Amino acid sequence: MHIVDGALTTEVLLIGAALTGLGLMQGLRSMPLEKIPATGMLAATFFVASLIHVPLGPSSVHLIMNGVAGILLGWAAVPALFVGLLLQAIFFGYGGITVLGVNACNIALPAVLVYYLIRPFIVRASVRQQFIFGAFGGGLAVAGSTLMVAASLWFSGEEFIPAAKLVLVSHIPVIFIEALLSGATLYLVAKVKPELFMGRSW
Amino acid sequence: MFWVTSIDPRVRIILALLFSLVVVSLKALPLLLVAFAMGLLILPGSGLSWQLTLKRMLAMDGFILLMLIMLPFTVAGDFWFSIAGFTATWQGLWRAVEIALKANAIVLMLLTLVGSMESVTLGHALGKLRVSRSLVHLLLFTVRYVEVLKEEYQRLRQAMQARAFRPGNNWHTYRSFGYLFGMLLVRAMERSERVMEAMQCRGFNGQLPMLAQLRMGLMDWVFISVMLAALGGLMYLEIYRVII
Repeated sequence: MHIVDGALTTEVLLIGAALTGLGLMQGLRSMPLEKIPATGMLAATFFVASLIHVPLGPSSVHLIMNGVAGILLGWAAVPALFVGLLLQAIFFGYGGITVLGVNACNIALPAVLVYYLIRPFIVRASVRQQFIFGAFGGGLAVAGSTLMVAASLWFSGEEFIPAAKLVLVSHIPVIFIEALLSGATLYLVAKVKPELFMGRSW
Repeated sequence: MFWVTSIDPRVRIILALLFSLVVVSLKALPLLLVAFAMGLLILPGSGLSWQLTLKRMLAMDGFILLMLIMLPFTVAGDFWFSIAGFTATWQGLWRAVEIALKANAIVLMLLTLVGSMESVTLGHALGKLRVSRSLVHLLLFTVRYVEVLKEEYQRLRQAMQARAFRPGNNWHTYRSFGYLFGMLLVRAMERSERVMEAMQCRGFNGQLPMLAQLRMGLMDWVFISVMLAALGGLMYLEIYRVII
């Protein structure tokens, strides 16, 4: 889901950069200095997640887990996911620089949305229900990201509309897989270390 | 000693940024080729391996590749060829080539100028460039623990393998991977608690001291001038359409 430099129009790039900038400001404000080591550690975990491949049909997909990031980190998910994307661009050449704002916004804003929509249920849920809400959050976040990637392409010109449609269709199975995995992840965390999301948000 | 690594990291970051902004706004294919060649010219001085860098450049998302292949069929214009009822256009082809060149020219320059840095140096340089201190600290902690957590992940995978886990398209696989990632999160959190306590014992007050002393030298100014002249030239040729 990394869009490359050179494809999108200037308007889309600027909107993406502005939204990411605002998200970063809000995210950094919600992250006091003593939380930075823990947030960095989680950011590194989400970075590692993108290296984990799970089978999907004859091929495989890598984890995104932005829903879980939103539930655990709240607004701090924006800087955490941004740092991951920045490192991927600089050291692996995934994505690009001028599209960094758009790419970060596509991944991180749905995470924040999940934080507001799902986290209130998570903190009250029983261990069994964690799976359901986790799955909802994980699926919703990836669905949101897919919609935003498609929209970024759609608004960049008619010639990208078929590609945008392709993104939408091809990510439907990914949404379901991320939902299952996020559900299982939250179920395990609720069982093993519930204080990870029982306390106040990071 | 590779000459790129001796240039001030701040200069490399700013020039890579400037380069991306200029290249993104170019339209003429010959100029994009020149921009791409600039990256190739600097690559040997960065100490990065040729094969690895070229592989990383070409390793675009499969979906982006598909999008580029679709472009000749979705852009309106002059007939190029038709296959199974779909017509491809020359304009579409050039648009796809333009995007591929831009993306790769920028990635190449980014890898050679910034990707050749130690990640800690990158953090310190961003700090000196007055990027938000919290963001820089976050970056430094993240790069410090990516490798550690990757090893943790491999340990967990090994433990699964020892219990005869084989991934497939089934519920058992997805649940196991979910638990694996959950365990990774739990261990990361516990590690961060230990790290935080150890750091507080050593007087950590929330600030990492930025020890690196950066000073601009003659080489830095020469590199800046050459790059600015090249980028200025590209912009001039693009705006006044001297070629094509």
